[in-house]
Amino acid sequence: MTAVGRQRWLGPAMFLPSVLYIAVLIGVPFVLAILYAFSDARIGTTGIHLVGLENFRSILHSPSFHKAIRNSIVFTLSAQVIVIVCSNILSVALEKPFRGRGFIRFLILLPWVAPVSLGTIGWKWILDSIYSVFSWVLITAHMVKPYAAPMWLGEPHLAMASVVLVHCWRLIPFSTVIMLAGRSAIPKEIPEAAAIDGAGFWRTFFQIRIPIMAPILSVAVLFGIIFTFTDMTVVYILTAGGPFDSTQTLPSLAFATGIQGSDLAAGAAISLFLVPVLVAVAYLMLRVAHRAEVV
Amino acid sequence: MAVVETRNLTKVFKQGELGAVNDVNLVTREGEFLVFLGPSGSGKTTLLRMIAGLETPTSGEILIGGKVVNNLSPRDRRIAMVFQSYALYPHLSVYNNIAFPLKAQKVPKELHRQKVEWAAGLLGIGRLLERKPRELSGGERQRVALARAIVREPAVFLLDEPLSNLDAKLRTAAREELEQFQQRVATTTIYVTHDQVEAMAMGDRVVVMNFGSVRQIGTPAEVYDDPADTFVATFLGSPPMNLVEVGDVIVGFRPEHFFPVAQLAGRAAMPEDLRAVDREGPYFPLSFRVSHEEYLGAERILYGHLEGGRFHQKKAVSRLSSTHAARFESGSVYAFAVTEQRLKFFDREKGVRVPPVLDILRKP
Amino acid sequence: MTGRTPLGRVGGKALHVFVLAFFTIALAFPFFWMVIASFKQNGDLYTVENNPFLFNLPPTLDHLRFLFGQTRFVRWLGNTALVGAIVVAITLLLSVPAAYALTRLTGRWGQRLGIGIFLTYLIPPTLLFIPLSRVVAILGLQDSIFALVLVYPSMTIPFSIWLLMGFFKSIPRELEDAAMVDGLTRFGAFIRMVVPISISGILTVVIFSFTLVTQEFVYALTFISPESNQMIGVGIPIFLVRGDVYYWGALMAACLIASLPIAILYNSFLDRFIAGFTVGSVK
Repeated sequence: MTAVGRQRWLGPAMFLPSVLYIAVLIGVPFVLAILYAFSDARIGTTGIHLVGLENFRSILHSPSFHKAIRNSIVFTLSAQVIVIVCSNILSVALEKPFRGRGFIRFLILLPWVAPVSLGTIGWKWILDSIYSVFSWVLITAHMVKPYAAPMWLGEPHLAMASVVLVHCWRLIPFSTVIMLAGRSAIPKEIPEAAAIDGAGFWRTFFQIRIPIMAPILSVAVLFGIIFTFTDMTVVYILTAGGPFDSTQTLPSLAFATGIQGSDLAAGAAISLFLVPVLVAVAYLMLRVAHRAEVV
Repeated sequence: MAVVETRNLTKVFKQGELGAVNDVNLVTREGEFLVFLGPSGSGKTTLLRMIAGLETPTSGEILIGGKVVNNLSPRDRRIAMVFQSYALYPHLSVYNNIAFPLKAQKVPKELHRQKVEWAAGLLGIGRLLERKPRELSGGERQRVALARAIVREPAVFLLDEPLSNLDAKLRTAAREELEQFQQRVATTTIYVTHDQVEAMAMGDRVVVMNFGSVRQIGTPAEVYDDPADTFVATFLGSPPMNLVEVGDVIVGFRPEHFFPVAQLAGRAAMPEDLRAVDREGPYFPLSFRVSHEEYLGAERILYGHLEGGRFHQKKAVSRLSSTHAARFESGSVYAFAVTEQRLKFFDREKGVRVPPVLDILRKP
Repeated sequence: MTGRTPLGRVGGKALHVFVLAFFTIALAFPFFWMVIASFKQNGDLYTVENNPFLFNLPPTLDHLRFLFGQTRFVRWLGNTALVGAIVVAITLLLSVPAAYALTRLTGRWGQRLGIGIFLTYLIPPTLLFIPLSRVVAILGLQDSIFALVLVYPSMTIPFSIWLLMGFFKSIPRELEDAAMVDGLTRFGAFIRMVVPISISGILTVVIFSFTLVTQEFVYALTFISPESNQMIGVGIPIFLVRGDVYYWGALMAACLIASLPIAILYNSFLDRFIAGFTVGSVK
């Protein structure tokens, strides 16, 4: 033990570089974001002055901002609900081994493992207002008139649905895989005992499986919320926030204002509204981890 | 309470390979404690799970209470099962664990509390009702599992090695509790174990299995004293029966029936040496060179080789009570004997029991 | 389990197949679509009346020729590979020792610090990109891929430390104790014993870091403007366009070429990621 004691500096020496890196590249910018939000920083100027709550006042009056907050919440919640239902169904289907399961799993995972932007641009082609394959199918089935196909990304409600669709498309694989891990962690004998006790499929599912999987479910849901709520890529590529800000979200608005609009301060102020949700999620994750460890 | 019957029951997991369960025919008796005994891989658990409805048979029929149940789901068979791991629902309290089958079977809510308390009272766990499974000891968990099983008043109890997760000390106490419990509720019970001591202690009858087939069904006395083949003979009893190949047969005799008659090394035969001989009839003498001895407190186990004639160099084990004071030197040869009546004969090829062929032994 | 009539069993199986088919098609369809678009002639691609599922004109390699010959696609691939390699190196260099130290050398508060580090993973680029854009400009790294080399490890290190901590925890202490009894120092035991055993965990970190680099969008978009310095994640959706018109054929080909290798790589290490996400959550 004394040999280790003499090398007391070893531990800190090994982790300090990482801690410093994170502190400097995450901690400092985080503080700066707060600072900028209360300043008049712009791209192109070097100095900054503190302006109090000026930025917050103006963004709170901006209709774009209201739309962005509403959209962020709506998109995240609706995507999450759809993802939970779909991934539960899919994980049940994938649970038992069958021939070709590995290949099917690979195909199912593609939306998640392929880069976000590339999957999204693929969808942009599929949802193109003129050449969309969905439109072609509807026209051929005589459900819509030729050349009068829906503007998947051009009509506000359809555009919102499209954004939610792409988010779901990306998240379902991720959620499914985590759900599968959760299901396989349930000891085999417990659903069997439930069957013998007289529980059917649904009772076993809701009263036995889901509660036991609760910690892992929570992890999947919390990560899913983060991925959707803080994402700007899908919106930026698919609709650039349009039409008329109907698909704008907090992150995409922050980008549009801060970088494209050169108003760093306003952009920072907008992005700060992400923080409450992040804090809530972090807190819930800690609760889940803590409960799991105690168990 | 019902009788469980299987007819030509077979389960094959992989085409072309030997089945996990092969053509099993058995009938339980009402209210009996029937034990499925066998080494791992013998098919005893698969057989139990088929009776429970957790595995689908490849062929054959299962009947409970006279009705063919092959197409019935587990919950429609009026059985209850206790798993090796107890399979308690970790997120529910003991009360809700026991109440779960009542809820699932849509028993009216007003009756729940009364039934749960009755089952809990039967097993002495009334004070644990608010606890969660993770807060309970192994023995307590077993009792909760039993309470959950009994609360529905099933026709048949199925138990899958419920004692194997307990440590040795606890096991004997838990075993006693189980036996008493079964006598109290008098429900037909099928109990799976690989432990032959448990099987002999608890079972009214024992079904000895190996490689998916039933080797013998009988009372503990029957399977022990009258084994149907060499597998049963060696699986029951510890140390196992001595088996010696002689010509076309295998001769078997249990270590406790293999006793010293006199020492060739000088001491005259003592009365206790011949005591068993007088009562049971003529004995067959064997020379035994002792190689080493184990002193186990209540018993002494002697290991060595037989000498002379057709038995030369064959290994043998003798089991003596510690009240037997004689000392045995390693390397010396002693006069031992087995009562002729106690010798069992088995066919050499298949190991099946055959009638005694004493002349074989007498040939040089 | 038994209990279904033969009809019930057939119905169940049909439902099973339907569910699988539905989701597989729904999820993999866009990539199938990319394949088709990559090889369709423009005349075919942009004719609305044509059945998009068929090759009405013979397939062509024109898009690929265009992609590799007349766009900066290859350059983007190079940039991404370079940034990826350097970021992986930095990540390994920093996170492997850190994870080890937090697992073995620091006790209680080390665990807490580990959790804290993991939580920083929850701070998204969309919160930090604005101040970081200023920092990058001040450091003179604006428009350089080295801006990304600097910033990306802040995303890869937290999760890598978390992953590796779980991994190191499962290695028995006795191994290092035995090595130290044999004469190695603590650090020597770490390098000679623990690291070689942890190769699969380290490989997982490598794959994860690399795929994170290829997936990233916000920082690359924010810090880098010139086309030739861009990464594939941003270059493909943004620069394969003239004015308002997208080169869909080449675009889809590029997506496919960029996505598939990453997908295959990620897929092979998926189980380890899941273990990282769910460590401690499941009993």
